[in-house]
Amino acid sequence: MTASTTTNHALPMLELRGLGKSFELHHQDDTHLDVLSDIDLTLHAGECVVLSGPSGAGKSSLLRVVYGNYRTSRGTVRVRHDGDWLDLTEATPHQVLDVRRRTLGYVSQFLRVIPRVPALDVVAGPLVEAGAHVEEARDRSSALLRRLNVPERLWRLPPGTFSGGEQQRVNIARGLIVARPLLLLDEPTASLDGGNRDVVAELLQEASAAGTAVLGIFHDDDMRHRVATRLFPMRQLSIA
Amino acid sequence: MSALLQVRGLSHHYGQRVGCQDVSFDLHPGELLCIVGESGSGKSTLLKTVAAQLTASSGSVRYHQRDDSWLDLNELDEAGRRRLAREEWGFVTQNPRDGLRLNVSAGANVAERLMAKGMRNYGQLRAIAKGWLERVEIDPARVDDAPTSFSGGMQQRLQIARTLVTQPRLVFMDEPTAGLDVSVQARILDLLRRLVNELGLAAVMVTHDLAVARLLAARTMVMQGGRVVETGLTDQILDDPQHPYTQLLVSSVLTT
Repeated sequence: MTASTTTNHALPMLELRGLGKSFELHHQDDTHLDVLSDIDLTLHAGECVVLSGPSGAGKSSLLRVVYGNYRTSRGTVRVRHDGDWLDLTEATPHQVLDVRRRTLGYVSQFLRVIPRVPALDVVAGPLVEAGAHVEEARDRSSALLRRLNVPERLWRLPPGTFSGGEQQRVNIARGLIVARPLLLLDEPTASLDGGNRDVVAELLQEASAAGTAVLGIFHDDDMRHRVATRLFPMRQLSIA
Repeated sequence: MSALLQVRGLSHHYGQRVGCQDVSFDLHPGELLCIVGESGSGKSTLLKTVAAQLTASSGSVRYHQRDDSWLDLNELDEAGRRRLAREEWGFVTQNPRDGLRLNVSAGANVAERLMAKGMRNYGQLRAIAKGWLERVEIDPARVDDAPTSFSGGMQQRLQIARTLVTQPRLVFMDEPTAGLDVSVQARILDLLRRLVNELGLAAVMVTHDLAVARLLAARTMVMQGGRVVETGLTDQILDDPQHPYTQLLVSSVLTT
């Protein structure tokens, strides 16, 4: 692991250039907040770049901008999609949805629970949306839940009542079930115990070995050392 | 992917008053689009104008037919519009009593659109009706009961069955869960989510509830004063609202 940029001959998958994000809060005295400025980053296939920096440095915001969850204020977010570069800041919503379906995955810290949908189908959902048969998707979902040590008796239940750690594992399974070439991870292991963290680390190492490019946030040093190929330091923007 | 519906510069005026003004959007097959905004913002007017229940004051709605040709709704006569509404589209009203026929049985309500399309075999109609009651979680034994004996949530599920039985390609929904208990609402939303996925329906849904939009729709349009003030991915609109009105709307939601 090196802290500086290294030459990499693998295929670039994500390119951020001059990326900036500001919020204009119209109902809070028209407050203007700069959270990201002049971010340049290239992410290659098989790389796992971990964002580092103190709380408030904009790490989660950067992931959200890349995913299109936040709009970009300045600069470009180029993603290799179907072999071509697509600038997500200029893409139509339908294009962004297609990129999310097939190219760009995102695992947040918290599972967004859908009422009445059992854990098995919460996990299988993205694979069905990507075109797989329900049975095939459920098989894959079972395999992932088993590997992540989610007890089988819970699979038929909606995860709303699960513990934080169980929900997080369901969320990871949901995020990994489609093998997308680009993966954004926002502290996916925050509430997991050591054993389950090991499983997640293995899953991520397998994904990297298969060529997945990962951009993530991990506060846990051990996890970071195991999965990161490079750190990307970030700092809080000075308040003007 | 090609659009199923193309709306361009659509307006409907009630005399001098603006119902909706200069609205454009594309809807793709299999996609659910939510229209959000407060009461009086023009959501329902827009929905009814797109669905050709109200006449457009200006602008156009084009529908992509199964044979790959485009149909311009302005050029369609009343009979053509009725045929489209009956055979290709569905409309779910906020109050199920507006969308149901209250003086005939639940089974007859479900079967009506099939009969309108020419199906006459009684046994077959009854079997399909029972199948659909089950699908919307109503006991098929109640096939002969009048909808007036159903609860509000059951009536809404019956209306959904009645609308979807002919497998329309496009469904319009006007606040289908407003006025129902939260638990009943969750059941109907889950049902809609499942049916939309299973049947590959495209749908336009009006709601004032942002949580409903988040749950069901990949894309959302925000309306204020008859105009669309913001449009985009639902998660983007809710997590990073740009327009002052959307920011107000999002910040006014109570979180539990």
